[in-house]
Amino acid sequence: MLDATPTQLELRNALVINPAKTCQPIGAMYAALGIHGCMPHSHGSQGCCAYHRSQLTRHFKEPVVATTSSFTEGASVFGGLANLQQALVNIFAIYNPDIVAIHTTCLSEVIGDDIPTIIKKSREEGLIPEGKVVIHANTPSFVGSNVTGFSNMCIAIVNYLAEQTGEPTEKINVFPGWLDPSDMREIKRLATELGVVITLCPDTSDVLDLPQTGIYEMYPRGGTPLADIRRMGDAPRTIALGKFTAHPAAEALLEKCGVPYNALDAPIGLANTDLFLDALRKAAGVEVPSSIEAERGRLLDAISDMGQYFYGVPVAIYGDPDVVLGILRFTLELGMEPKYVFTGATGKAFETRAAQLLEEHSTSALVKSQADLFELHQRIKGDPVQLLIGNSHGKHIARAENIPLVRAGFPILDRVGHRLFPMVGYRGAMRLLEQISNALLDFQDRTCPEEKFELVQ
Amino acid sequence: MTAETLPPLSQGEVSEVRNVSPSALRQKMLEGLPAKTLRKRSKQIIENDPEKPPEIAANTRTIPGIITQRGCTYAGCKGVVMGPIPDILHLTHGPVGCGYYSWLTRRNLVKVPPGQPNFLQYCMTTDMQEDHIVFGGEKRLAEAIREAYRIFKPKAIAVYATCPVGLIGDDIHSVCKQAKEELGINVFGFSCEGYKGVSQSAGHHIANNGVFKHMVGLDDTPVEHPFKINILGEYNIGGDAWEIDALLRQCGIKVIATLSGDVTYDQIIRSHQADLNVVMCHRSINYMADMMEKKFGIPWIKINFLGAEATAKSLRKIATFFGDKALMERTEEVTAAGMALVRPVQAEMKAKHSGKKAALFVGGSRAHHYQHLFAEMGIETISAGYEFAHRDDYEGRRVLPNIKIDADSRNIEELEVEPDPVRFRPRISPEARAKLEAAGFSFSDYQGMMAEMKKRALVIDDISHYELETLIKTWKPDIIGSGIKDKFIIEKMGVPCKQLHSYDYGGPYAAFTGAVNFYQEIDRMLSSKVWNYVVPPWKKGTETQL
Repeated sequence: MLDATPTQLELRNALVINPAKTCQPIGAMYAALGIHGCMPHSHGSQGCCAYHRSQLTRHFKEPVVATTSSFTEGASVFGGLANLQQALVNIFAIYNPDIVAIHTTCLSEVIGDDIPTIIKKSREEGLIPEGKVVIHANTPSFVGSNVTGFSNMCIAIVNYLAEQTGEPTEKINVFPGWLDPSDMREIKRLATELGVVITLCPDTSDVLDLPQTGIYEMYPRGGTPLADIRRMGDAPRTIALGKFTAHPAAEALLEKCGVPYNALDAPIGLANTDLFLDALRKAAGVEVPSSIEAERGRLLDAISDMGQYFYGVPVAIYGDPDVVLGILRFTLELGMEPKYVFTGATGKAFETRAAQLLEEHSTSALVKSQADLFELHQRIKGDPVQLLIGNSHGKHIARAENIPLVRAGFPILDRVGHRLFPMVGYRGAMRLLEQISNALLDFQDRTCPEEKFELVQ
Repeated sequence: MTAETLPPLSQGEVSEVRNVSPSALRQKMLEGLPAKTLRKRSKQIIENDPEKPPEIAANTRTIPGIITQRGCTYAGCKGVVMGPIPDILHLTHGPVGCGYYSWLTRRNLVKVPPGQPNFLQYCMTTDMQEDHIVFGGEKRLAEAIREAYRIFKPKAIAVYATCPVGLIGDDIHSVCKQAKEELGINVFGFSCEGYKGVSQSAGHHIANNGVFKHMVGLDDTPVEHPFKINILGEYNIGGDAWEIDALLRQCGIKVIATLSGDVTYDQIIRSHQADLNVVMCHRSINYMADMMEKKFGIPWIKINFLGAEATAKSLRKIATFFGDKALMERTEEVTAAGMALVRPVQAEMKAKHSGKKAALFVGGSRAHHYQHLFAEMGIETISAGYEFAHRDDYEGRRVLPNIKIDADSRNIEELEVEPDPVRFRPRISPEARAKLEAAGFSFSDYQGMMAEMKKRALVIDDISHYELETLIKTWKPDIIGSGIKDKFIIEKMGVPCKQLHSYDYGGPYAAFTGAVNFYQEIDRMLSSKVWNYVVPPWKKGTETQL
């Protein structure tokens, strides 16, 4: 397994091996699926759309529909106007969505297709039926990463759709960033428990975690309703959960409609959940109910019960930046020793925030953005860890180095739990805690000498 | 072909399913489509006639805005044909996505001998950034090749171009040529930009050309064996190639190279020494079969190891080609043992599943081949279609001279191949060949899918989401074979879907043991109780007594 990986690090300037990121459009497609009645549209060669749909499907085990401009050489030479216009005609005639969310690809970006102009022209020519909405985000694959694409689509949602009508609403905006549907559902549950009405945007619950009913619906009941998105500009406040995938859209809404926002990390772990609930409580002027405090207490109790198994355990965390930062904080709360904190995404902000969190806990780690899993593996070979936390792409390192892996983030291609249970909130932290302790204790049970094999732990 | 001589799969007619005729279903699929789309789709949805396969439009552009199964040229080249070779280092030149998505997502299993590298576990990309798009990416590619060589010391590096590379005009071939000279290893590039062609199919062709130009024939070290063949178009999904190889070995036949399933660079560069090429997936590799015949004189035949009967027939066909008595006897023994293994399971399956209906929408050969396995369980294929095949894969190679070459096909290079002045050697004398042909043995031929499907079965090329949904709602087949993007749509509608690209991480399904695996897997899926639980008891009116 990964036998060709040498321990010795060599400087690489041009070659990325086993990336810890992918390209922008998949993030844009995922974000668009969180709008009710939306058809994501990939403006480029049809392979992009096929790859993104396949990868999202493998992660969610759910239908993921999206259309494509199906570029061939002609479109690549003459521009994608005709393809996009024909696509719009077909999409509305055959699939009849309320909204089409177009994202670009490296192909259409290099050609320089001007999407707003094409949308305008299509509307003028009557190709977009009355009452239907078309928005777009530029998501060149050669800039940023999958999280940038998610964020760019969220910004597009705000810029195209959010309005300030002047008629105030009590609803608080919550921008969850790139989380799983199970996490979105948990955020809504927490808000309901607090008695706060929120607009969660985007919201992929009830879109990508559908019950088996024997009935297929192309546009299921989930997704943030367009009417709610439009009212986001009237909200008293936005709470944005994640520097890379939520804050930029909150900033756009501030600029467009003057809605102030709280810039928080993803609500993973104890403190991050505390901060989220505290912000939500203040924004809505409510009290945190005892039921939530009891959840918090149960999490804390589990941390204290199991503390001895976490303390000082060196861990490597890798994946998309917002999720990695959330998990980093939780591992610090558990008393673990994060050793490598890696993301493939671009951005000093990741390194700065990670350094801050580490410093708050009086420790340090090797923190890298724009890093790849090949380097992570080399580092681990040189100086090992006892646990890996990240997406499924770490399973080869886990096997090669005989280190347990807790799957978290995107993509998870080989396990089922993330589809069913959240990682956010106190309950999510309980699950993460259980996964981490099971991984460590299972490993110990499998490998320890017989005389040290314990019935009770 | 007359009705009496039709192969067993195509006997009978699909007149109605759930009281809806094929033409009524076809009509339903076409209803309400925008005019242009309607014109195009109506040529791609055809009622079959096995005796005289009607013309179907295939290998044409997917209409923008249609939810299609298809992928791109890069996926066909890097992902399908080249991707499975474990000791070549595969380097994608482009933004990160293309390399990332093709990283271990196709299920080409490999067993790498100890000490040998398995580069399939590594995704290598130049991860192009905006600067490289603006100022060109050739330098970065050259540097990436050097870095890859320094770390891994591979015997060969293959470079794959993605969409922007073609547009900005990076000359990957000259970069590769320079690297080849500098590093002293084989380095070659594929101009497989995603936008070329209309589907993965263009990528297969480009990959065939590259393998032929840069690998086949490089090593003349003799391969000593009386009966040596290559298997072309077998990708070892779920271990199929291993089953086939084991079977052939039992017969006494040596496989030099399987293109491309668990195959090494060294096997490929010696593959020109084979006596015969046998073609599994006609669509993806017929170019290679033709080129090897022209250059080296290796004849090719179409075979199929999916289905027990098809396996037996294919083994006999190969043995007949060699005409060796002992070989033919051994083949009969192997076949008899294989059939003895499958027959009781077939009987059991037929008793349970006869009369059930399947629909298959996949690939460039699988939608055809898997009909054999289903038929052996008593399951009838009522509709089928390919994702990226051409007319010859539907109607048979006899239509090749009549296929109109459009602008998209013209983009893909056709190599000019001449007989090798030294190494061209006809493997079979014209007399022997004529004799075999007179006895009904066909060389360089493929009859296509339609000749083996029932009359009026619906043949649908590049099926769209809407058509698939309409088909399920109307005909509700008992099982559908498709891919990952369709699987959960189909299953949400209460119909089990077998992924015939990844096998749902099962398999092997080829050869005799594979056939048994397949019957059992389909039996499991058809026997699943999960859909019986969809309606909760409180909605069934079966009231619980309190």
